[in-house]
Amino acid sequence: MKILVCISHVPDTTSKINFTDNNTQFDTNGVQFVINPNDEFGLTRAMWFKEKQGATVDVINVGGAETEPTLRKALAIGADNAIRVNTPAIDGFQVAKQLANVAKEGGYDLIIAGRESIDYNGGMVPGMLAALLKANFVNTCIGLEIEGTEAKAVREIDGGKESVTAKLPLVIGGQKGLVEESDLRIPNMRGIMMARKKPLNVVEPVEVDAQTEVEKFEKPAPKGAVKLVDPDNLDELIQLLHTEAKVI
Amino acid sequence: MSVLVYIESEEGKFKKASLEVVSYAKEVAQMLGTTVTGVTFNAEDVSELGTYGVDKVLKINNSKLKDFNAEAYADALKQAADKEQSKVVVVSQSANSKYVAPLLAVHLNAGYASNVVSIPESASPFVVKRTAFTNKAFSFTKISTDIKVVGVSKNAFGLKEVQGDATAEDFSPNLSEEDFSVNVTSVDKAKDKVTIADAEIVVSGGRGLKGPENWGMIEDLAETLGAATACSKPVSDMGWRPHSEHVGQTGKPVASNLYIAIGISGAIQHLAGINSSKVKVVINNDPEAPFFKAADYGVVGDAFEIVPKLNEKLKEFKAKNA
Ligand SMILES: Cc1cc2nc3c(=O)[nH]c(=O)nc-3n(C[C@H](O)[C@H](O)[C@H](O)COP(=O)(O)OP(=O)(O)OC[C@H]3O[C@@H](n4cnc5c(N)ncnc54)[C@H](O)[C@@H]3O)c2cc1C
Ligand SMILES: Nc1ncnc2c1ncn2[C@@H]1O[C@H](COP(=O)(O)O)[C@@H](O)[C@H]1O
Repeated sequence: MKILVCISHVPDTTSKINFTDNNTQFDTNGVQFVINPNDEFGLTRAMWFKEKQGATVDVINVGGAETEPTLRKALAIGADNAIRVNTPAIDGFQVAKQLANVAKEGGYDLIIAGRESIDYNGGMVPGMLAALLKANFVNTCIGLEIEGTEAKAVREIDGGKESVTAKLPLVIGGQKGLVEESDLRIPNMRGIMMARKKPLNVVEPVEVDAQTEVEKFEKPAPKGAVKLVDPDNLDELIQLLHTEAKVI
Repeated sequence: MSVLVYIESEEGKFKKASLEVVSYAKEVAQMLGTTVTGVTFNAEDVSELGTYGVDKVLKINNSKLKDFNAEAYADALKQAADKEQSKVVVVSQSANSKYVAPLLAVHLNAGYASNVVSIPESASPFVVKRTAFTNKAFSFTKISTDIKVVGVSKNAFGLKEVQGDATAEDFSPNLSEEDFSVNVTSVDKAKDKVTIADAEIVVSGGRGLKGPENWGMIEDLAETLGAATACSKPVSDMGWRPHSEHVGQTGKPVASNLYIAIGISGAIQHLAGINSSKVKVVINNDPEAPFFKAADYGVVGDAFEIVPKLNEKLKEFKAKNA
């Protein structure tokens, strides 16, 4: 089984978000970048398929050279090969097109992406990729087993979950639940050393026009001070929520 | 030309998020000088839709579409959009809509913007305001394709009633076998429990509650308020509560009217996920907890004393205001 894991390179969850150039560019100054958390769950599940079912695991990112340390981290966790499509990520469609191009050539059985990236929050790349490849698609995937060419997946729905079956090739939008938090792996010294020798292939992009474009960013308005209520006067809290906030 | 809306229903009722999306679509239709067409799946009485702005309903009745199926629904919606020559398709941000939207966008060669929080800044160019960086910022995004798919966040726009009637028309899309290649084998869904996605009020507990055995008071409070229950990440990581309740940057987003955080410190990753809730109340015994900086109302004190008391008082309040 050949697996491709899509890795989005995103600011660490503790990052302060600021913008430059008249609020048109994300300010990367002092920002630590990591593997998108949803992708890390997917990558860890891919490691399970590698170890238990002999799968090979490639990781891929669409982005500039600055994303290579993130791909190296994925190699250190245990992926076999890394691919970087050498073009900045502009929007979900353009990224999906680039990924589809590589995926077609690679003949992958299973493509694991994340439900959503924590920077762009598009929630669009995996679905678009599946549609472009005419592959089956399971979103918000929280469980995945493969036998032969048949996948059994569990999908989170609003208020519960459902089990589905689908034939490979399959694309999933994954999240926590594919593996548990405690299954995540921190690369060890050996993994890091080995990752340096593993292939990281840079491929040139195909020509694609983005469909959307960020014109500018804006930060939320600062919040007013909290109104404190005495614990012995909870009636006041209820009154405030009723008459002032009008939420109960 | 009309603005197309995917209308979701559950147990024979239209979802509130879909009615909100209809109100949104009506506003967009007015900007564009056109009408709103809603697409329903196996819905019977569609008269309610006119009240929120639908001019015409395309009723799909097909037993194969009884249960949600992303590929088949996307195909059906694509054919509806073709028939109506729609330039804008609007969906909610429910789990099902988020599943369908990117598939539909590719089928329509449409650009897609998700998590949209207000009506377009302008119709030409078509620019929408959406959240990015998990609620830490907004981005103004231009969609440059001829057809646009817009995913509207819950509670971002609100319901607007209009004086209107919807005409209804049966519509039978041509579905192929490939549309049914992902098959649902079982569904496990809590009945009569409010979900975080639909809830107006969410009551959430953190590590300050010490252990799963103490969640009774959280559930009681939620029941009194008709609220959904949620939790912080460590609480679900430790297995005190199911993963489906984990909210925050790496969990579910919460866009409720009221979010009550109990024994939650207010870490940046937690706040990112709940920021778009309208009103936030925090109950915490540490006055220095960062959550107080992000909240509208706060009570400094022991949750084990405050929560049961608050619940009693709310019950009295509800009884009086019923
Ligand atoms: C990559 C990454 C992603 C993350 N994503 C998320 C996420 O999506 N969601 C999330 O929630 N977290 C997330 N976190 C974790 C986050 O950083 C915090 O660790 C977490 O939110 C803390 O949970 P807590 O507030 O329940 O616990 P704590 O920080 O331990 O806070 C407990 C609080 O309870 C209060 N308390 C104690 N006893 C009482 C009492 N008797 N009465 C009232 N109050 C009391 C304490 O004063 C304290 O403020 C993430 C972390 C990382 C590294
Ligand atoms: N630039 C990228 N390179 C590779 N994969 C990506 C990229 N951007 C997004 N993805 C994948 O698509 C998922 C969803 O991203 P998004 O649609 O931006 O929310 C991510 O979790 C990744 O798996």
